[in-house]
This record gives sequence, C-alpha cells and structure tokens, in this order.
Amino acid sequence: MNNQSIIRVRDLVKKFGDFVANDHLSFDVYEGEIFGFLGANGAGKTTTIRILCGLSLPTSGKLEIAGYNIYTQREFIKRNIGYMSQKFSLYEDLTIKENIRFYGGIYGLSTATIKRKTDELILELGLDEIANNLVRDLPLGWRQKVAFSVAVFHEPKIVFLDEPTGGVDPVTRRQFWEHIYRAASRGITVFVTTHYMDEAEYCERVSIMAEGRIEALDTPENLKKLYDVGTMDEVFLKIARKG
Amino acid sequence: MAIELKGVSKSYGSIQAVKEVDLSIPGGCLFGLIGPDGAGKTTMFRLITTLLIPDKGTVTVFGLNSVKNYREIRMFTGYMPGRFSLYPDLTVEENLSFYATIFGTSIRQHYSFIEPVYGMLEPFKNRLARNLSGGMKQKLALSCALIHNPKLLVLDEPTTGVDAVSRKEFWDTLNLLKKSGMSVIVSTPYMDEATRCDRIAMMQQGVVMVDDTPAAVLGAFHKPLFEIRSENRFLLLQSLRSIAGVKRAYLFGRSVHVTLESETADRVWLIEQLKKQGIDNPAISAIAADFEDCFIEAVEDDNVNNKAE
Repeated sequence: MNNQSIIRVRDLVKKFGDFVANDHLSFDVYEGEIFGFLGANGAGKTTTIRILCGLSLPTSGKLEIAGYNIYTQREFIKRNIGYMSQKFSLYEDLTIKENIRFYGGIYGLSTATIKRKTDELILELGLDEIANNLVRDLPLGWRQKVAFSVAVFHEPKIVFLDEPTGGVDPVTRRQFWEHIYRAASRGITVFVTTHYMDEAEYCERVSIMAEGRIEALDTPENLKKLYDVGTMDEVFLKIARKG
Repeated sequence: MAIELKGVSKSYGSIQAVKEVDLSIPGGCLFGLIGPDGAGKTTMFRLITTLLIPDKGTVTVFGLNSVKNYREIRMFTGYMPGRFSLYPDLTVEENLSFYATIFGTSIRQHYSFIEPVYGMLEPFKNRLARNLSGGMKQKLALSCALIHNPKLLVLDEPTTGVDAVSRKEFWDTLNLLKKSGMSVIVSTPYMDEATRCDRIAMMQQGVVMVDDTPAAVLGAFHKPLFEIRSENRFLLLQSLRSIAGVKRAYLFGRSVHVTLESETADRVWLIEQLKKQGIDNPAISAIAADFEDCFIEAVEDDNVNNKAE
C-alpha cells in the first residue's frame, strides 16, 4: 500500500428531501488498500457506495474515483471498478461459464481475452468439472467465489464488496477473504462493508459511520487503542450507540 | 422436552435438506440453531411449526404430533419467518389486528405481551408496513408473532444482515421473552451469537453436528489451539499451510488460529518451523477455542469421516 489516493472524497453531502443521508464526508482510500466501510443499518453506507460507484450523484462535494471526476466522468468510473453484493451478482439461469463471459463482454474485453481468462479462472477456482452447471445449482459459498472473481475479471482499479460474506459458513468466509487478499496483492483496491466485526480486523483501515457522518477512521489497532477496548466489536458498539 | 425430533428427514426433489436428525429442545430455554445458509435451519423450523411434513421420523411439540395435532400446535406457536412476510399495503396496526383476529384475540386483550416490542412502534401505527425501516419491520413481525401469547416462539434468522448494535438489542429482547416463561428457538448464521443461548445445535448440510450448552461445546474442543500473529498475516497463513504437521490454519481477525497433527508438537516446535519459513519472532500463544473454531473442527472432521466411508 502506498499513500496515493484512489478514492478522494471531500465534503460529500447527499440529501433526499430534508433527510441528510451523507453529511459532509471527507476521506481518502489509498491504492492497493483493503478499506473497511462500517456502520449501523441506516447510517448512510449504501448511499455513499452508490455515489462512489457512479450510480447516483451527490448533492454537493468534490469526489475523484480512480482519477475520474464524479460529475463528468461517471462512465469512466464504471469501467474502472468492480462491484459485488451479497444478493444479485450472478444470473442464476446462466452457467458459471456463461456468467463469466457475459461480464467480460460487458466490460468490453475482446473475445479472445475473454476465452483465455475464462479458462484460467475456471481452473484457478477448481471449477472445471462444473463450469457448465447453472449458477442456481451451486452452493452459496461457491456462488460468492464466482461472483467475486467476476467482479475483478476485468482487473478493475477498485472493487466494491457490499456484505460479500453474509450467511456463509466460517470456513468459506475465510477462504473468501483469502481471495480478497490475493486480489489486493495484485494491486486492486478493496472497499468492503461487513457486519462481521472480526472481518473489520482483516482490513488495513476502517471507517465507521453513524447518522450520515464518519465518526472514526483509522487502522483497527489504532481504533482499539483510541477507544481503549480489546476488539473491533467494542469499538463499533461505542460509536454506533452514540448515534 | 418442549420439542423432540426423532429420525427426521426431509428432501426437496433430489436435495436432502434435513438428514436423520434426532434433537431434543427443553422447554423454557433460549435455543440457538446455528449454521450457514443452506444448512437446513429453515426446513427444521418449518417442520417444527407444522408447515412441512417430515418424509421420515416424527416431530413432537409439547407432547403433540406435528402431523396429527398441527392445529393445536399452531395455536400456541409464534413464527417469524426469515423473509418479511407481513402485508406491505396494510398499516402497522392493521397487520397486527389481522394476526390477532386469526388467533381469536385482539390487540387490546394481549397488549401487555407485545408492549415491550410494540411500544416503540406504536407512534407509527398508521404507517403502511412497506414504508417502515428494516428495524421497524422486524419489530412489527415480532409483535405479530407474539400477539396470541404463544408458549413457543420460533424465529428464523432474525439478526441476519442486521448491524452489531441492533443484533445485541434484539437478543436482549429475546432474553426478556424467555424470562417470561416462553420457549424461544432462534436460528442464526452468526457463530458468536451462540453465547446468547442456553443451548445450541450446530448444523451443516442437513446434519446436526453438535448439540449442547455453549459452555460444553467450547469445553469439548480439547486439541491444543494456537493463536499466531505476525506482521504480514497472509504470508504467515501461507507459510503455516506449507508446514507438514500443521493440521489447519485459518485467519481469525488480526491473527491465525492453528491446530497441529501431533498432540506433542508445541509452541517451541512452531517457532522453529516458522523460522525455517523465514518468519522470525511470531507472537504465539495457546488459546481456548471460540464457536467458529468449534464449528470448523466439527465440519472438517465430518468431511474427513465422509471421505473415509
């Protein structure tokens, strides 16, 4: 990790009518970092993520994502990021192979590249025997691995993971994080939300949101020191209870 | 026993969701069914609440057979499904009245039972259910499950996707209900919530692997377990996996948890092995297992057994 900002947010405000969902957020995410974006339900996380992905415009504020302006270059932003959510990342009625090819096509990779990378990926995931099975028939843990691989298939600069491990068993959850580490070691910046507080410890830095504001942002170690507690769970409780 | 399952199996087509389960749940306790998505938790709950008929085996709820006596069982059972199942185009109060009417009661008659939960929601009683926040929907669903003062309350993953603070508050509420004498059964994918239960069953792939008090489950983990820390966790993890004699190595927060093949291998041996891998001065301590350690142990030993068969 170096200190080159890949996400730069200054005074981000997003209002829905009178409701202020994001209240003057300012933060940086550095290139190659695993950044945890935490907060209670309703704290405003989803609103921020939608803006960072170029899906929604801020009410005001200055934002640069992967070097692109959020107001004028959103199509470039979309091409340079990957996104995975717990819910709908894959087409259940397509096979594993078809899903991968479909996403490769959307991101404009050439047919030859898609073919080569698809074969590589299927081998890497150990899915060669079931590559032509429908995604619907895959166990959840496998689906999530495929969904993640699809999200980073076009080698984006940043990948956004919205609760990627919800409901997954402890072994698969850890294997998933090993995939995340591997992606980060290739230089992909990882922006991740989670309700598992042990996963907050896997991040290099975490921010914690409450009522539309970022209440804390630092390494897990520093946050625990700052709040004088032993676990991220306690840090989270102290901050979110305040809200 | 409040609930007894004997040799219960249930399949959907070729998928066996519940496999030969024997399980006894005592009355008046807070019971946790713990396991990941797809373990069979929801099927278990549907069998207990008489919504499904077992292919094999019997389910007995407070002495009543789930197939023959389903009507009686339903009258004293409150069920909160995992997915929000109320009427979005009715108001809060209309939803609650509807449930009360089904069970031949009224909001007024049983107000005291739902008051601790419904009290917070009452200021919004004229709001359409579809316009409630996630937390409020959950409170309404719980109020509806409680409106007939059930002696058995069954909640399917009420805390999934809920933040850590709200989860704690929800467990506090469940504890209150249990103290009032209700038998409460909850499923959850969050292993750490096991500590909030009087008894737990850990489930995976249709099988109940472990069934005991949380303390006994932790106590049954008798292999030496080490917590290891080093500057680069991912590198540490990979190094540990390449050491012959390391049985398992998994990330746990800032550290890696490790079990060894041999009972006699110890801290000193680990330090030596890691040094050969180029990792100097790792912080190693022997620790007690947590619920995730126990679950991983149960699952992987199970897999090993299956392979041996």
